[in-house]
Amino acid sequence: MRAVGRNVLRKDGVSKVTGAARYIDDLTFPNLLYGRTIRSTIPAGEIAGVHLNFDTAGFTIVDYRDIAGRNIVALIEDDQPCLAEREIRHVAEPILLLAHADRERLLAADVQIDYRASTPNYDPAASAITFKTITIDKGDLDRGFAAADRIVEGEYRVGHQEQLYIEPNGVIAVPGPDGPGGDEGGIVIYGSMQCPYYVHRAITVLLDLPDDHVRIIQTETGGGFGGKEEYPSMIAGHAALLARKARRPVKIIYDRVEDMLATTKRHPGIIRHRTGVTRDGRLTAMEIDVLLDGGAYATLSAVVLSRGVIHASGPYRCDHIRVRGRATMTNTPPNGAFRGFGAPQTQFATEVHMDRIADALGLDPVRVRDINALRPGDTTATGQRLGRDCSARQVLREAVARTDFTRRRKALAGSNRGIGLSLFFHGSGFTGGGEVKLASKAALALTERGARILVASTEIGQGTRTMHAQIVADTLGVPYDCIDVNAADTGEVPNSGPTVASRTCMIVGRILQRCAEDMRARLGAMTPRQYLRAHGPLVVTKEYEKPSDITWDDSSYRGDAYGSYGWACDVVEVEVDRDTWQATPVAFTTVHEIGKAIHPMLAKGQIEGGSAQGIGYALIEEVVMRDGRMANGQLTNYTIPTTLDTPAIEVVMLENPYKHGPFGAKGVGEMPIDGPAPAVINALRHAGFDLREIPATPEKIMRARSASPEQRRPSAERESLRSSARSGSELGVGPQRAK
Amino acid sequence: MPITLTINGTRTRITAHPMTRLLDVLREDCGLTGTKEGCGEGECGACTVLLDGVPVNSCLVPLAQADGTHVATIEGLRGRHPLQRAFVEHGGAQCGICTPGMIMAAVALGRKPSMDAMRVGLAGNLCRCTGYWAIYRSIRSAAGASKR
Ligand code: FES
Ligand code: FES
Repeated sequence: MRAVGRNVLRKDGVSKVTGAARYIDDLTFPNLLYGRTIRSTIPAGEIAGVHLNFDTAGFTIVDYRDIAGRNIVALIEDDQPCLAEREIRHVAEPILLLAHADRERLLAADVQIDYRASTPNYDPAASAITFKTITIDKGDLDRGFAAADRIVEGEYRVGHQEQLYIEPNGVIAVPGPDGPGGDEGGIVIYGSMQCPYYVHRAITVLLDLPDDHVRIIQTETGGGFGGKEEYPSMIAGHAALLARKARRPVKIIYDRVEDMLATTKRHPGIIRHRTGVTRDGRLTAMEIDVLLDGGAYATLSAVVLSRGVIHASGPYRCDHIRVRGRATMTNTPPNGAFRGFGAPQTQFATEVHMDRIADALGLDPVRVRDINALRPGDTTATGQRLGRDCSARQVLREAVARTDFTRRRKALAGSNRGIGLSLFFHGSGFTGGGEVKLASKAALALTERGARILVASTEIGQGTRTMHAQIVADTLGVPYDCIDVNAADTGEVPNSGPTVASRTCMIVGRILQRCAEDMRARLGAMTPRQYLRAHGPLVVTKEYEKPSDITWDDSSYRGDAYGSYGWACDVVEVEVDRDTWQATPVAFTTVHEIGKAIHPMLAKGQIEGGSAQGIGYALIEEVVMRDGRMANGQLTNYTIPTTLDTPAIEVVMLENPYKHGPFGAKGVGEMPIDGPAPAVINALRHAGFDLREIPATPEKIMRARSASPEQRRPSAERESLRSSARSGSELGVGPQRAK
Repeated sequence: MPITLTINGTRTRITAHPMTRLLDVLREDCGLTGTKEGCGEGECGACTVLLDGVPVNSCLVPLAQADGTHVATIEGLRGRHPLQRAFVEHGGAQCGICTPGMIMAAVALGRKPSMDAMRVGLAGNLCRCTGYWAIYRSIRSAAGASKR
């Protein structure tokens, strides 16, 4: 029986429900030491002195001088030190490392750091350091605005968001002789992570070791959501430095507070839209300005910005677009990868703005989207011509029909409830030429009963092992149970690139499929067992091959930004309590077109879970930064959706295959988080609360009420349009502004 | 002074400071690492075990308080509880870090919990992966209440 398209049992299911699955904190080693990180308490300045006010006997102590290689967390810009030398750029910057066998003594050790403080900057717009700027230009903006009957402007703001995987960051570093390189001082690092080869590279650079002296092994990982994309390179570096110096295994597990205070978050952003529209709702020009707060170091800001700007004009057709993006430095802990990676920020703005455009024109929000939604044959902002795998209108129409949106909207008018929608898309795989640069590899080893998958793609809950095994099983023509999946261990698997960017199925899955095709051809009529007897071991390795119809020019930012896109539409009903000003989502429907659901239940799990995170982003997840420090770095006061905050989520999956995806599959992991926030804000707007910012906490909702009419009848801007429409000719004269 | 408690049916004597967290006793002294730590502050429920049948956050329970009690952990279900199978079949476990605590909390809900009973009973167990609905479906299927 075929496995693809069926809900086969997940490979890691039994070990997870029995408690047998081994997460990093479940492992121990003989002679283990515990590690602790001493961090800065100021947001900007210099270290003036370090005082160890404790008996240092039995302690291993490491500072930057113990680093044999380069003192950086190697990633893109190489600007972030693994341990601060002098300059401090943010609160919780690591300065000193301690290790001890006894945790009580370790925690009791008192280290005092003296500083020369300087003036911090928390305003991304006022920053003197820009990590990256990107401009996307399509058509001629002036012409587009000249063709407009009206111009609608808006500014939208999004805050930080914490990934809040339930398992905090943690690693164990084990130095040789157990490690590779034997006594010459190799090192093995076990840890909770998404990208073993990112860690591998960072450690070789930090310790100045050859590749084969460093081995990274992913342990069962209790959630990532981007939060374990780049950060594990930092904590792994710390453990490795301690372990090398102590010549003993060192375990570092963050507690929740440290994890919240020190590790990356979603980039906050300010996004401005200036849009030309015709009277009947056609977009003629889109001018978009994206500013992301990168925090203290570059980390992945450049690529987050890239995905952000490419998605900034939403799933809409428009001939004249300019998107200008900028990511700048502030004195807060570095922001980094989080599911969606810039797209949730920019599409929040686009989708709230679309409702304001509809309002300004007195049009229905569905109609405005339907007129402008991208169709096959249209081009995106980067000039990518979309093929038949574009489903923007289908998901919109399905969502509207399912929820009876238009009638419901009328029925709820004037009540405490509002209904809103969002239409969005998400590109699968690395942006532009990224996949070519990565040149990912995957391999398949023949076993007696089938095959063993060798990839560095990690299982972090999303179902990597299961979904890959399904693809291989059907391609090879063997039962799903006959496919094994190797641990993501750099000592055993090739570099399949990072487990990010909704690429694990569409990109790595496709490489695996090609391995399986090749293997099947070699087997011919033989069973695996017969083949092994006759020819000995067989390992098939393949590398990413760019489909010939994809082109991209990085210097002009033109071309096929992604191999394919998923398309989705969310509809949410929100109720506002007029005593507490709390908004509660009461019904949520999402329609996702994802090419092909390899495992419908896993795909649905991604959509439900991502939608719940998006609802948290919209309403409750607020990182309060005070003097550059997260002031609510505890689960008690940074809250994520519980059972009580998560509405029923209706998921509809549509399939419109992508020709280069395995069995037609596109990515699904990230897209679900792009849509809920704007849908919620649009629902609140429908209920009479005009917000341009998330999270929509009760305070903000209350303020939005006092700034707008109590009960929502036709809004002021609609009135003004109507009155000016009476003197119709004026409308055509020149663009008018609606604020 | 040693403290005696029954863990998954076995009487066990523990010699540790009476203020040691039950969570650490289970994980470190007894090697029962199925019980997880997500926050250590009583907010996430990853450390949920049953203390005389009642779900508690073991990160908040000092050993002394467990003296003479019966403690049940995920290991005590021996992989044979219908909820365990159901969580695998219905997508109730993704990354799995909340799962042992979630299943123990679900055990405490009894045979056929209502929707409300599930939502209220699991409100102290955070899951960042699933959005909870696959967990409800798992519990319902274990109860034979739903055939989805
Ligand atoms: S670890 Fe006990 S409630 Fe989170
Ligand atoms: S399955 Fe990951 S936190 Fe629940």
